[in-house]
Amino acid sequence: MTVFDVQKIRQDFPILKEKIRGKDLVYLDNAATCQKPQAVIDSIVHLYSHDYANVHRGVHTLSVRSTDKFEGARTKVKDFINAASEKEIIFVKGATDAINLVAQTYGKANVKPGDEIIITAMEHHSNIVPWQMLCEQTGAVLKVAPINLQGELIFEEFEKLINDKTKLVSVVHMSNALGTINPVKKIIAVAHEKGIPVLLDGAQAIPHMPVDVQDLDCDFYVFSAHKLYAPTGVGVLYGKQALLEAMPPYQGGGDMIRKVTFEETEYNVLPYKFEAGTPNIADVVGLGAAIDYLNAIGMDKIAAYEAELLVYATEKAQQIKGLRIIGEAGHKGAILSFVLDKIHPHDIGTMLDSLGIAIRAGHHCAMPVMDFFQVPATARASFAMYNTKEEIDVLMKGIESLIEVFG
Amino acid sequence: MFDDLRDLYQEVIFDHNRNPRNFRIIENADRKVEGFNPLCGDRLTLYLQMDGDVIADASFQGSGCAISTASVSLMTEVVKGKTGQEAEALFKKFHEMTTGKDENFNLEAIGKLAVLAGVREYPARVKCATLAWHTLDAALKNEQQAISTE
Repeated sequence: MTVFDVQKIRQDFPILKEKIRGKDLVYLDNAATCQKPQAVIDSIVHLYSHDYANVHRGVHTLSVRSTDKFEGARTKVKDFINAASEKEIIFVKGATDAINLVAQTYGKANVKPGDEIIITAMEHHSNIVPWQMLCEQTGAVLKVAPINLQGELIFEEFEKLINDKTKLVSVVHMSNALGTINPVKKIIAVAHEKGIPVLLDGAQAIPHMPVDVQDLDCDFYVFSAHKLYAPTGVGVLYGKQALLEAMPPYQGGGDMIRKVTFEETEYNVLPYKFEAGTPNIADVVGLGAAIDYLNAIGMDKIAAYEAELLVYATEKAQQIKGLRIIGEAGHKGAILSFVLDKIHPHDIGTMLDSLGIAIRAGHHCAMPVMDFFQVPATARASFAMYNTKEEIDVLMKGIESLIEVFG
Repeated sequence: MFDDLRDLYQEVIFDHNRNPRNFRIIENADRKVEGFNPLCGDRLTLYLQMDGDVIADASFQGSGCAISTASVSLMTEVVKGKTGQEAEALFKKFHEMTTGKDENFNLEAIGKLAVLAGVREYPARVKCATLAWHTLDAALKNEQQAISTE
């Protein structure tokens, strides 16, 4: 696609034609999950209709076809994030699963009592709780790098936390509650000076910008397929090959073994060592289709268009009296988190829903962020490449009307 | 613009949200229980002053959505002067009304609490309306631990 044609893109998403309470759907809950293009839906139907069987097992034709499509998707993911090898792409259930995998394998093998793991104050619960569990199991300590009132990481404070006891840095690439995009290259450079590996939680970043794991030089990168216009139930763990080779396996079972006797088991090579049991074949194939779809548009074009949307939405929001934006980082992705004076986010959510507008109201699985900004919850409009300025106008008009009704 | 929501957000609810009744602390209250809805972040502290088995005074502090604020505000009004047993019976009725299981529910029998009947149509919001009553239930049973809707 040479020009970014949002109307053409919208045609590819059947759900966008849906009426909600008699109104045109305005879907602005993309940070929770994205809608799916027809190409992704078709890829799953096609697989089950023509090519489906279990992977890596049979010599029969369907098993070969299924395996080719499944492994083809792995290559697509590898190219999409520019990993060095397919061996570095592990299919998991989602970003949460991937972080738990790293905590329970890399973490358990390398973290000892008194060691430290660094996260930031803007993490999603999925990048807090697995480390708390690891700390409980190992006697390590979780260190939290603070943020400022704009919702940005205070880099000097983060730097001060790094010391000889630090075993891992795990930070969010883009915050789901605030939209903040972290200076991840700087974070990685500082950590690597001390030989500390860095995990990036890319669940929010991946649909909004080109990601190149070799250029970033991150050691682990995790994301969920469902936020990338692909099906639920699939996620990706990228890890540098040398690290993954050295890690013990996560779960035991079929596919992750080379040879089993009752005395001992020899584990399979990468990436299969971490993929016990029959994988989520169809949804991985769907992820491959989503990546093809996105590549045809271009991630750089998507990023540029969404940046425009965010500027537009922010300017409009700032004109509304009594609206306070939560998260005003200098470098931000297409998320507008806000609160209204004397109107609870859940009331905002219900009222906007009656106008066909889907936003998220709540703590966004980031309760420490809510505590920091001293709000019980926020309302969050999160944008995707299929959203339009007209939809932002509908949202803002809705907000103004509900302020009026509440009086 | 919000015609569809008239059943849920009645004027009485806006009124109680703007000016919650009994929004104060009872010093040396006999019962003090916290209610928390982690999903929404609604948080309230309920105070009861008992005279034997009768609720002599009820008040609250906290923050929440319009539905939860109106619900607790109305509740503190209606339970005053009732015995614990009467209040519990009212809770049972209120619960029946908000969960909408009984299609023939008699709205007149529940008095002014009927303004909250609209939540029946909004399953995601039922907990907003019932948080106050779960907290009252805990207070009447003299449970000291904070209660949660989850």
